[in-house]
Amino acid sequence: MSIELQSISKRFGSTQALDQVSLTLEEGHIYGLLGNNGAGKTTLLSILTDRLRPDFGQVLVDGQPVKNNDEALGKLFLVGEQNFFPEDMKVKRAFETAASFYPDFDLEQAHKLAKEFGLPLKKKITSLSTGYASIFRLVLGLSVNTPYILFDEPVLGLDAQHRDLFYRLLIEKYSQEPCTVIISTHLISEVENIVDHTIILRDGRILRDAPTEELMENTYAVSGPAGMVDRYTEDKTILSSHSLGGLKTVSIQGQPESDLPLGLEVSRMSLQDYFISLQEAAEREEEPA
Amino acid sequence: MPFQGEKPIFLQLAEQLEEAILSGAYPEGSQVPSITEYAATYKINPATANKGINLLVSAGLLYKKRGIGMFVAEGARAKLRQQRSEAFYQDYVKKLVREAQNLGLDLDQLTELIQRGYYDVH
Repeated sequence: MSIELQSISKRFGSTQALDQVSLTLEEGHIYGLLGNNGAGKTTLLSILTDRLRPDFGQVLVDGQPVKNNDEALGKLFLVGEQNFFPEDMKVKRAFETAASFYPDFDLEQAHKLAKEFGLPLKKKITSLSTGYASIFRLVLGLSVNTPYILFDEPVLGLDAQHRDLFYRLLIEKYSQEPCTVIISTHLISEVENIVDHTIILRDGRILRDAPTEELMENTYAVSGPAGMVDRYTEDKTILSSHSLGGLKTVSIQGQPESDLPLGLEVSRMSLQDYFISLQEAAEREEEPA
Repeated sequence: MPFQGEKPIFLQLAEQLEEAILSGAYPEGSQVPSITEYAATYKINPATANKGINLLVSAGLLYKKRGIGMFVAEGARAKLRQQRSEAFYQDYVKKLVREAQNLGLDLDQLTELIQRGYYDVH
């Protein structure tokens, strides 16, 4: 049981949105899909769900191509920016409509979650505020019970309390009924302990695709007097480097040695710091020499 | 949530559970929350929560009752106290000495500071 992207490419005009992207999304994981604006995250999710056709390559869901394939597409649900309900439809009716399309949709659960979020069932979808329009889509995603659930910027416009509630409900849902979750987000620090696998996109290519734990075990930061730090990092792969007066902090790809020169401090990096360091490293490489 | 810093999350969770057993918040013989509850409360992946809790299970501090849940083992507190003394030396004392050396303190100065701390903290 998996989603396979085989060498997907997509171009918009002069922009190569995705460039031969190959990925396998295995059952029973929460994937984090990270990347700066324009990295290709939404394009990738749209192609996964056959809303957009790739120029090259194909997507397989449990071995079947998704192109025009209702059976394969029925296993996926994308929580994105768009609504696919008639304009004047009310929330309650929209849930019922979703339930008629997705046989495992849990109407009772949807009503329960709507209540927890304070989402009014009798309101028209179009009259919901930005935050509640997001919440409406989240409730769909948390009730639909497809084997694969894709969230594109799920917490956009949500206040801190509702974001927290969403993450809690997502984890509860995920641990009660095993499924595969993909979360595309800019709020890396909020999901870094939730996603067990991280995919980092940059300019339409995959920069990293690995278990989150493995990524975090293979990077660290060293700080201390600039001269000492420079000597220490001479034979190492530097991702990024920042100086503050005579103090220098360098993030390094690899594992720290057990005996460090006195005066240097080693620290673990957060996923967000690692992400930023990787982007900085990529920018340096792209600069003309 | 205090999950930040140098250690992997599953270890931090394991330490918190140990702390709760040591302090008596989770008495011996009592049931502890489920993996889902830990994961949802702390916003961590259930696999991470499972990994942390399994550390305590394999150390004999928690045991599973099939279909019911997890419980604190008898004698868990005494076991933990003993382990903690050794861990205290490895994690705190050695770090403390290292930091003291960084600061250029000698053993007498360090001893004096420890004595001061000992009487300051009640």
